[in-house]
Amino acid sequence: MSERDNRHRYWLKNLRYLSFLLVVWFAVSFGCGILFVDQLDAIRIGGFKLGFWFAQQGSIYVFVALIFIYVFLMNRLDKAFNVDEGDRLS
Amino acid sequence: MNVQAWTFVLVGLSFALYIGVAIWSRARSTGEFYIAGGRVPPVLNGMATAADWMSAASFISMAGLISFMGRDGSVYLMGWTGGYVLLALLLAPYLRKFGKFTVPDFVGDRYYSQTARFVAVVCAIFVSFTYVAGQMRGVGIVFSRFLEIDINLGVLIGMGIVFFYAVLGGMKGITYTQVAQYCVLIFAYLVPALFISLLMTDHLIPQLGFGGTLADGSGEYLLDKLDGLSRALGFDAYTEGQKGTLDVFFITAALMVGTAGLPHVIVRFYTVPKVAAARSSAGWALVFIALLYTCAPAVAAFARTNLLTTLSNKPYAEVPSWFTNWEGTGLITFEDKNGDGLIQYVGPAAPVENELVIDRDIMVLANPEIARLPNWVIGLVAAGGLAAALSTAAGLLLVISTSVAHDLLKKGIKPGISEHTELLTARIAAGVAVCIAGYFGINPPGFVAQVVAFAFGLAAASFFPVIILGIFTKRMNKYGAISGMIAGIVFTAAYISYFKLVHPELNTAEHWLWGISPEGIGTLGMLLNVGVALIVSYATPPPPLPIQELVEEIRVPRGAGESHELSA
Repeated sequence: MSERDNRHRYWLKNLRYLSFLLVVWFAVSFGCGILFVDQLDAIRIGGFKLGFWFAQQGSIYVFVALIFIYVFLMNRLDKAFNVDEGDRLS
Repeated sequence: MNVQAWTFVLVGLSFALYIGVAIWSRARSTGEFYIAGGRVPPVLNGMATAADWMSAASFISMAGLISFMGRDGSVYLMGWTGGYVLLALLLAPYLRKFGKFTVPDFVGDRYYSQTARFVAVVCAIFVSFTYVAGQMRGVGIVFSRFLEIDINLGVLIGMGIVFFYAVLGGMKGITYTQVAQYCVLIFAYLVPALFISLLMTDHLIPQLGFGGTLADGSGEYLLDKLDGLSRALGFDAYTEGQKGTLDVFFITAALMVGTAGLPHVIVRFYTVPKVAAARSSAGWALVFIALLYTCAPAVAAFARTNLLTTLSNKPYAEVPSWFTNWEGTGLITFEDKNGDGLIQYVGPAAPVENELVIDRDIMVLANPEIARLPNWVIGLVAAGGLAAALSTAAGLLLVISTSVAHDLLKKGIKPGISEHTELLTARIAAGVAVCIAGYFGINPPGFVAQVVAFAFGLAAASFFPVIILGIFTKRMNKYGAISGMIAGIVFTAAYISYFKLVHPELNTAEHWLWGISPEGIGTLGMLLNVGVALIVSYATPPPPLPIQELVEEIRVPRGAGESHELSA
């Protein structure tokens, strides 16, 4: 397989990860926190209405998780396609 | 010790710390001045990014805003954190691979055009100045309230400190000072929040206390109590939204995309050693930001509950001392309209007239006093507010000085200058920028609050689309990029100016385009930019082959520049 092919397939895989993570990103913030907030507010967890919780707390926790999932996936992908930067630190 | 003595001690100690760090980490080359030599470890860069990003607005104003807006305040919470997901996934790794120093560098090189570079420089400078004026004002407010120094002298002291480490240390000095400033500001934010949460709900963690029951033995949930109090006084229920759904959607999107397009945030990702480090560093930045941002809505709800129970229907003659102190600054005003000697603090739906006006900006600063926390906590909040304002101001000043010395001079007017001259120019530009920022801090233009919408709107409508399209479509050429940027900027700027400056009296939902407020219009500007850019680009010849190869190259991590001094 040529170097060009390898890079192309690496890029497609990256795009697939991106679209999946961005769908989740959109769903928790714009979905749960804005568009469907009133419907979710019917559900209560402790003192929180669920929609309100997503809008002011939950979406932020998910954002943090998404970035670290991406970091993990991409570090693995970089190695699998042999395009990583090695262990050089400086 | 009294509050003022504690404030002097804590602010003095924190300033000594910043100056010490600045001397230890001063810059010796343009690479160090612009991007700290590209050697900042990801966790530290995350901390510095968090301090860079969280300004006086996040620290001082945001919880207060949310406390008056209720659920609608979530536009800020989601908007100012969600942008980091976009940064980490769509921008940071590729820009790090591209290397170089600035955002206009990328725009200029990717679109092989001095015009594109120039448009980007103008946007970067405008956005940064808009922001920095507000920071200097924040410094002045903290000084005048807590140290009883004249507000203008406060601004001058702030200028002096920033001048010292931004001009001397450049990006390297700023990065390590920002790490120290992050520690000061997060400590100062969390300590009172933990105290108040414990007092009000018996939960030490504010994020849990927010959804917990009250500590008064009633077994009532805090948020239910707050909704009930608000309704009884004629305000809207705290956990229900008032803004239109579409408007909330557009404002949140504009803030997210604007965050991801702000030059002083983007440039931080040039400072880490590797592409992988750029990704994880964005994650760390969001962790450090989320620590404050998940706490802020809890603080907002606590403060609101406290405020309503402490003041409502209480005799004016018996108000606590913090009330009188803030009255002195003019940020709280009370007028006994019905002459009964009681404070009627009520909303629009109440049968009686409201008699109390409270400036939203004082909620975080007054909160420890309202909750009767020890004096040192109040002094700590002052030091934290200053850390937040100074760290952001320094990051912005660096963008301005880099734009002038690197993008305008070195890459534009006089390419032949030596590194020594370029570094000197960068320092002089930083110095001049500090003075201009200080001038705006002392004489704030009446429209400071209004132009903040500009900063985000323009960042969203200009930088974000050109960078994303430049990475994800090889076909994008300079004609598309330039026409897209211009369409986005002109549309957004015209819409905001129309409602904020030309016809402020028409700035209501029925006059807006599809009910989208000027704060949210950047989203539409961004979509317009993308649309125009794609159409124009496909109607004109593709970019030259070397540019298409450059795009191929930035998509894979391997081969990132070892050190920026080599390629500079």
